[in-house]
Amino acid sequence: MNIHEYQAKQILGRFGVPVPKGQFATTPEEAAAAFTALGQPRAVVKAQIHAGGRGKAGGVKLHTVANDVRDFAAKLLGKPLVTHQTGPEGRVVRRVYVEEASDVARELYLGMLVDRKVGTVSVIASTEGGMDIEEVANKTPEKILTEQISPLLGVSGFQARKIAFALGLKDKQVGQFATLLAALYRAFVETDASLIEINPLVVTKDGRVICLDAKMSFDDNALFRHPDIRELRDANEEDPAETEAAKYELSYVHLDGNIGCMVNGAGLAMATMDIVKIYGAEPANFLDVGGGASTEKVAAAFRILLADKRVKGVLINIFGGIMRCDVLAQGVVEAAKQVKLNVPLVVRMEGTNVVEGKKILADSGIKVIAASDMADAAKRIVQAIGA
Amino acid sequence: MSILVDKNTRVLTQGITGAVGQLHTRACREYGTQMVGGVVPGKGGTDFEGIPIFDTVEQARKATGCNATVIYVPPAFAADAMLEAIAAGIELVICITEGVPVIDMVKVKAYLAGSKSRLIGPNCPGIITPGECKIGIMPGYIHKPGDIGVVSRSGTLTYEAVYQLTQLGIGQSSCIGIGGDPIVGTTHIDALKLFNEDTKTRAVIMIGEIGGTAEEEAAEYIKQYFKKPVVAFIAGQTAPKGRRMGHAGAIISGGRGTAADKVAALKAAGITVAASPADLGSTMKSVLEGKH
Repeated sequence: MNIHEYQAKQILGRFGVPVPKGQFATTPEEAAAAFTALGQPRAVVKAQIHAGGRGKAGGVKLHTVANDVRDFAAKLLGKPLVTHQTGPEGRVVRRVYVEEASDVARELYLGMLVDRKVGTVSVIASTEGGMDIEEVANKTPEKILTEQISPLLGVSGFQARKIAFALGLKDKQVGQFATLLAALYRAFVETDASLIEINPLVVTKDGRVICLDAKMSFDDNALFRHPDIRELRDANEEDPAETEAAKYELSYVHLDGNIGCMVNGAGLAMATMDIVKIYGAEPANFLDVGGGASTEKVAAAFRILLADKRVKGVLINIFGGIMRCDVLAQGVVEAAKQVKLNVPLVVRMEGTNVVEGKKILADSGIKVIAASDMADAAKRIVQAIGA
Repeated sequence: MSILVDKNTRVLTQGITGAVGQLHTRACREYGTQMVGGVVPGKGGTDFEGIPIFDTVEQARKATGCNATVIYVPPAFAADAMLEAIAAGIELVICITEGVPVIDMVKVKAYLAGSKSRLIGPNCPGIITPGECKIGIMPGYIHKPGDIGVVSRSGTLTYEAVYQLTQLGIGQSSCIGIGGDPIVGTTHIDALKLFNEDTKTRAVIMIGEIGGTAEEEAAEYIKQYFKKPVVAFIAGQTAPKGRRMGHAGAIISGGRGTAADKVAALKAAGITVAASPADLGSTMKSVLEGKH
């Protein structure tokens, strides 16, 4: 799960990570009032969307007068902002963040993530702040420093110093950085973050080390123990179909094709998308109904698939292990009663209670094209939509 | 021969009285697995359909001499269950639970280092040596004893591969699901090392998916050390970047972990990659017949 920059800064601030003072606003008037309340000669107004590249896209600007803050906020709020990460349709700006301006001497990069190769949390640091870090990693890998944090020890002093010196920090900045890094690690572990990215981390002209930008993502699997973070979910930043699917604990990802896919198991679901493509069509989605899906869950999945107007045909591929084919069939029949099925439906079922499942579908009166295996299923659905 | 489990394996179930624990303990016992005990804190001294239940893994270990344990407890308690099994010195710990927080796995992995336990999973179907021992949630009947090893990050896609093999009359030595999470106890390489040493295993099907670099590392290992033919498939050729595809570990991040990269690494290592998930069995058949 992703959150906005201002929310990330609030969380990091609570852990003692130095961030500039600021306030979010949802209207131009609130933005102007936030500027006045800050009481600083200058403030930066930043569009809040879950995407990077806001500065280059005109979503971030420095202001010195409350009226200008109001006008700039009015220009942003309620309108889509298109950055290199949003796609051509952009993301609608619903909040702006008004933050005290910092006099920047140096821009650095600091990231923290779960390093799956070694199984620890790792710190990534670079002197190339404010840049696309993936590009830095590709073009100049020598400018990237990675340090693994022992889960038993946490951040050791020598590790913090090693990174600080590699970043060219000196004097009091080294100690400041060590404190910042330890606080950042505590924030990471205690909130079950999956990624924290401070880009840029800056050294100000008066020698302070602070986080000028902040991005945080969280481990969906750990949200059950962080109700406060779950509250920060912004449904406006998510696909409505995906939000609806999440209610039923369905794993759904919206894609651009026209074959709706319903599968049990993530690996088989990906493989089903792949085989649709092999037979010349494009999948409309990834959808894993899970291992022990109920009739209700299957019916919800079917409704979500058919609500996508681009879907010209539906392919169901189930290999029943825990999932019983009769339960699946019952769910499809239930859903077909609720939603008018007006596109071709191909069903491939194998595994537990397959005979009962096939019988339920055959007796239901729903028009089902039965497939004998995965390849046959893909072939039949592609034929059926006339692609 | 086989890897890790056989007819002598004595298995404990942690979370034996939960719905999933009950269902699969029963199914595994019906398959012929020696299910020797269960652990549910507070229910020690009772039994599940004749299988004795203990309060702690340590007690269960002493009383039953179990050398493997399977964990079905909910995600919030799964890490603790794994730690308890490792602390009790159980040789093989298999965690089926899906949805374990990754930070918990960072801790488990650190605790595992230097212990004598091997962990499989979490978020995996388990392991089976057909005809001898099934530990986990895979449907037993699709398997057939034989000499092909199967290792996979996915559950149902593994069933698909196994089913294709069995339909073609090709049996399996052992099939191991390593799990779909970013941090798992046993990796592709760990499983391949076991299959390399196993005299019965003649060839291996390896099923990977997008995310991470485990398949690339496995390709490098196979090229240098693996003595048997490998057929591979990578799921997620059509997956978009930056989106988690069901499995917590199945995400292309920072432009890395794409199916194309993995397929290229596998092919460069001389591994036969099945183009379609429908061709896993037939590709293995032609490799065994020396056609690849």
